[in-house]
Amino acid sequence: MKKTGKHYLADKDIQVILGTLLRVGVIASMAVVFVGAVLYLVVYHSDTVDYHQFNPRKTEYSSISAIFQGLSRLDSKAIIQFGTVLLIFTPVTRIVFSIFSFLIERDYLYVIIGLFVLCIILISLSNKLVG
Amino acid sequence: MSVLLFTIIVLAGAFLAGLVGSLTGLGGGVVIIPLLTLGLGVDIHYAIGASIISVIATSSGSAAAYVKEGITNIRIGMFLEIATTISAVLGAVVTVYINPGYIAVLFGAILLFSAVMMVRKKVDHSDDNSTGVLANFFKLNGSYPTAAGTVQYGVHNVVGGFLMMFVAGVISGLLGIGSGALKVLAMDNIMRLPFKVSTTTSNFMMGVTAAASAIVYLHRGQIDPGIAMPVTLGVLTGATVGSKLLVKMNTDKLKIVFAIVVTFLALQMIYNGLAGKL
Repeated sequence: MKKTGKHYLADKDIQVILGTLLRVGVIASMAVVFVGAVLYLVVYHSDTVDYHQFNPRKTEYSSISAIFQGLSRLDSKAIIQFGTVLLIFTPVTRIVFSIFSFLIERDYLYVIIGLFVLCIILISLSNKLVG
Repeated sequence: MSVLLFTIIVLAGAFLAGLVGSLTGLGGGVVIIPLLTLGLGVDIHYAIGASIISVIATSSGSAAAYVKEGITNIRIGMFLEIATTISAVLGAVVTVYINPGYIAVLFGAILLFSAVMMVRKKVDHSDDNSTGVLANFFKLNGSYPTAAGTVQYGVHNVVGGFLMMFVAGVISGLLGIGSGALKVLAMDNIMRLPFKVSTTTSNFMMGVTAAASAIVYLHRGQIDPGIAMPVTLGVLTGATVGSKLLVKMNTDKLKIVFAIVVTFLALQMIYNGLAGKL
């Protein structure tokens, strides 16, 4: 019984850190998107929108390297995309953190499961999946 | 339409979607995609890209609160993420090769299913029988704190739940939604988890599942900053306000009204999909 109590406590600490991590990620990324949004509206507010037909070539910032290049020019669209990428990586960071916490708990089965999920996400990062 | 007007309309619509989505437990994506496609003539592929980003924002935001309460079963979440991430990537890769009309019809069908799930009376199937072989091997059985003390629960039919999660992931990747209704179905009815555990764990998994397909969408150019920005900011703000209101109000009537609205949107999506208008 004593053992399960200790286990629960460790899980509890991890849960508090996980919760904080997720919250900080969401707030930080939304702040970046908001800054980008203000700049975007200042520059492009009177342009005409055209989203009737999906055209993959029209989106300038469709890779992480392109987003960083745009970011160095302080382009508003790149700033918004950067915020979006931060948001996408918030749950991914959560997985990395979980892997470490399972490692500390010596729960190797879940270290492997976590690494497996992380690998799937890393595979999706390669451009080859998008013909 | 000018960028300014488009941004304001989408922001307002996304705010309402996030608000009602969090009050009824249906999520924001189910309303935002019909709003963008039917209402503003946006191509469904852009709508899907914007919606998945709002799913990550709302699910991570609320998971932050749930996880701290100690109700979320992180092991069940991680274990089932194997199924949902593989299938979400598959769905996201395949989605552009499918006729947008068919996607709209599938979306309509999922909307109808979600509306039924929302108003249906839920039955808690959970018990503390923790003899399942796989459940023990993967250490999935757990406990959660309630006002009356800690409640133990056992996990059933791990294989069935895993397969259902695979379906939920494909749908999520194809349509850019969290497919929470399917995830909760897998956990409530198949794995027989207590409600609180299934809702919070499904929400916990949603962010990772959505991130897997969001990266594929990003590379393909489906995430346009001009659409994703107002959608994400609007849905997240709406969902935050909604979660504050939720503690103070009874949402039974709202759920019925919303189910009717969602049914109407679903039929519109199916009709327009079949007519080739999307």
